[in-house]
Amino acid sequence: MKFTVNGTERELDIAEDTPLLWALRDTLALTGTKFGCGIAQCGACSVLVDGQLVRSCSVPIASVANRSVVTIEGLSEDTSHPVQQAWLEEDVPQCGYCQSGQVMAAVALLESTPNPSDEQIDEAMTNICRCGSYSRIRKAIHRVAS
Amino acid sequence: MTIQSKSRRLFLRKSGIALGGLSLSLGLVNCSPSAQDSVQAAPMPMDANVSDVSAWLHIDSAGLITIRIPSSEMGQGVLTSLAMIVAEELDADWNDVRSETAPMTATFLHPEQGARGTGGSSSVRKWWPYLAVAGASAKAMLMSAAAQHWGVPSNELTATNSVVSHASSGRTLSYAQLADAAGKLEVPQNPILKNPEQYTLIAKPLKRLDSKAKVNGSAQFGIDVQVPSMLYATIAASPNFVGALTYTNDEAAKRVDGVEAIVRMPASTYVEAGIQQIVAVPDAVAVVATSYWQAKKGLDALQPEFEGGSVEGFDNNALLAGFMQALDREGVTVREDGSVQPSLEGASSVLESTYSVPFLAHMSMEPINCTAFYIHDAIAGDRLEIWAPTQGESHTISVLQKAFSMPAQNITLHTTLLGGGFGRRYEADFVLQAAVISKAVSKPVKLIWSREEDTRHDYYRPASVSRFTVGLDADGYPIAWQNHVACPSVAQRNFSAAMVNGFDPFSIEGAINIPYGIEHQKVSLVQHDTSIPVGSWRSVGSSHNGFYVESMMDEIAVAGGIDPFVLRRKLLSAHPRFLRVLDILESESEWKTPAAPGRFRGMAIHESFMSIVGEVAEISVDSNGAIRVHKMNCVIDCGKIVNPAIINSQLESAMIDGLTAALRGGVRIENGAIVQGNFDTYSLMRLAEVPEMQIHIVASDVPAGGIGEPAVPPSMPALANAISAATGKRIRSLPIEFSLTA
Repeated sequence: MKFTVNGTERELDIAEDTPLLWALRDTLALTGTKFGCGIAQCGACSVLVDGQLVRSCSVPIASVANRSVVTIEGLSEDTSHPVQQAWLEEDVPQCGYCQSGQVMAAVALLESTPNPSDEQIDEAMTNICRCGSYSRIRKAIHRVAS
Repeated sequence: MTIQSKSRRLFLRKSGIALGGLSLSLGLVNCSPSAQDSVQAAPMPMDANVSDVSAWLHIDSAGLITIRIPSSEMGQGVLTSLAMIVAEELDADWNDVRSETAPMTATFLHPEQGARGTGGSSSVRKWWPYLAVAGASAKAMLMSAAAQHWGVPSNELTATNSVVSHASSGRTLSYAQLADAAGKLEVPQNPILKNPEQYTLIAKPLKRLDSKAKVNGSAQFGIDVQVPSMLYATIAASPNFVGALTYTNDEAAKRVDGVEAIVRMPASTYVEAGIQQIVAVPDAVAVVATSYWQAKKGLDALQPEFEGGSVEGFDNNALLAGFMQALDREGVTVREDGSVQPSLEGASSVLESTYSVPFLAHMSMEPINCTAFYIHDAIAGDRLEIWAPTQGESHTISVLQKAFSMPAQNITLHTTLLGGGFGRRYEADFVLQAAVISKAVSKPVKLIWSREEDTRHDYYRPASVSRFTVGLDADGYPIAWQNHVACPSVAQRNFSAAMVNGFDPFSIEGAINIPYGIEHQKVSLVQHDTSIPVGSWRSVGSSHNGFYVESMMDEIAVAGGIDPFVLRRKLLSAHPRFLRVLDILESESEWKTPAAPGRFRGMAIHESFMSIVGEVAEISVDSNGAIRVHKMNCVIDCGKIVNPAIINSQLESAMIDGLTAALRGGVRIENGAIVQGNFDTYSLMRLAEVPEMQIHIVASDVPAGGIGEPAVPPSMPALANAISAATGKRIRSLPIEFSLTA
């Protein structure tokens, strides 16, 4: 099974039903993408597949064959992506566990909606943050947009 | 430098200087033997640039300052706030400072506690004095090195932003230039600490030091640990906590690719080791495989069944009935002021109300996990190396020692970052399981629980009940207050030393210590345990008693037609800190201005962990009964502060936690097992629901109080009181969206 991860073509020999999440974490050691629920509820495992936001815990690896996956590690080499920068300026993370997924969800939102309203942010940002960093997530998204 | 602190003496000593630079270590003498025995020097240096793993503080020849933090980072910001305390006294350039979780060595045990653990909103409070001295001592050494270099007296020098200056000659030397020479000097005996007016970092909203790693995916949580030739395990434990494993389909599990072993973990082995009364781990079975996914498929194929235990029919109704029966018992009187009974009889009117709350799961974002490597060694003795997102290092090591009859020096424990803790990660169960599995397969094993196991095998915030009988005078003010609580004990299992005269102080935390000036008071407790394990949950006893007491206060206000601020002011006249919080809260929430049409407000005030927090919730309830929280005002007096930005984050976090719990938190029980398994049925607040939050930190010079927990307790009654204002219906049972009895 071949696919592209963060710009590099990879070939994996693992069970086809393996969720993309576990292929990234256990096989490719890309541990920035997090396991939270396994049922696409929390969004901690969010990645981009061909530019679309996907909860990788619920996508079998077979379904991303020949497609291009971007994880948190692939957003930038030096934490310079505008969303990452906005997250730093607002000092969003607390425990930080959900933040890879939050950042990826925000990247996808801003890609499709460069200047989202609060309502659009409400609708798009459905990832769970157990620490409650939500108000800074909202501010950081507005900061990128401006 | 010597500090006398109770029975133990502290001293600062230099650590190794093999790689150059200045390295300081805060060590212990006269420490109790048990504390010394309980840890060993971790053999794994966290960073090759730091010469000594026991160093608290290292300044290298390039000027990079590394500060080791003896508390677990679980979101509360200790990697930043504790580093700020050191950097302040050191007069460090904050841009040169980095921090990391300290290794679990004797150096990093708390001097007075002789142990290490993170909880009780205590890190800043308990470490401040020691961290300040470490920073001040290092600064004095750097100043001495500069004085010697220039041949001038130390008192002609000043230090700022990692640079020592001699004003009269205009010369300067950086800490980078001075570090090697300073490292060769004696550690000063009495470093002078700053006055708060001299602070340049403390009380500033500095950015967190751990944010960058948390937005680029490089932060290492427990679940991210990788050890060469590691296997993966996942687990199924007895759903009703008490049943035994009776069936497994081993053949089917072994047919799954990558499955290497099936490990049974009967609870009886913990009983034999004498630790079951501490860890309360149910019967469980684990499947070990070459990846988590194959282990999970193996566990699905194993189809484990558990039977037995006399909990059939135990559900939320039975739970409540049991509590009501418990309330009929007299229990232990934990506070008695005046004489309640005669004053109740003489009261103008009497209010009686019974409240209840459910068991709450912790639901940390990072599912429970641990990586363990049990190394069999017949000659030198078996050893254990653990990588764990843990809040309870000393507790965990003590459990492992007993479980494996292993001396503490053979156990190495690395604390990783924690993806949330909230008290759950104080427990040792998951570390014990990972070690048992690794021992069985003789390889390093990363144990990862599914979300469902995490939800269903928690140590829950106790469900409890509280019955008030309150006598009012002719003006509606309380003259007699009787509060009878029934609650399972958290302390008897995990903190048995905390038990006071046979009762659990956590059960009545927030009930025994109400500040209100009511002449006649009686608080009593019936310990009522069930088969559901209980543990510490953010703000512990105050998470239920805060709701009970402040809801009852609102009932008194409504009954007497008294404004809730006016009522509390009168009863708090002896407590100026409370009064100040009330005044600011009333003003900031615009309490005296009527809310917009359809909006209703409720308020509450509660002290926990030495911090006083007042909150106002503004809400609306639509025609379908759906509740919307529009705004929260929060005022805190937490004494001296370190980082107001982190305090803000923690208060927002605590309010969201409390609101979520009050609205919909709580486990449903069927036949003694927890029904909900995942976020689809145990719902947490998401971004769209989050209210506007306005926070005011009261300027205060009393000693620092806690930050992580104290805003949880008042959020629940503030919300419930607002709903009562909106609907006329008193909320006496949580969660609001489905009651305990639903």
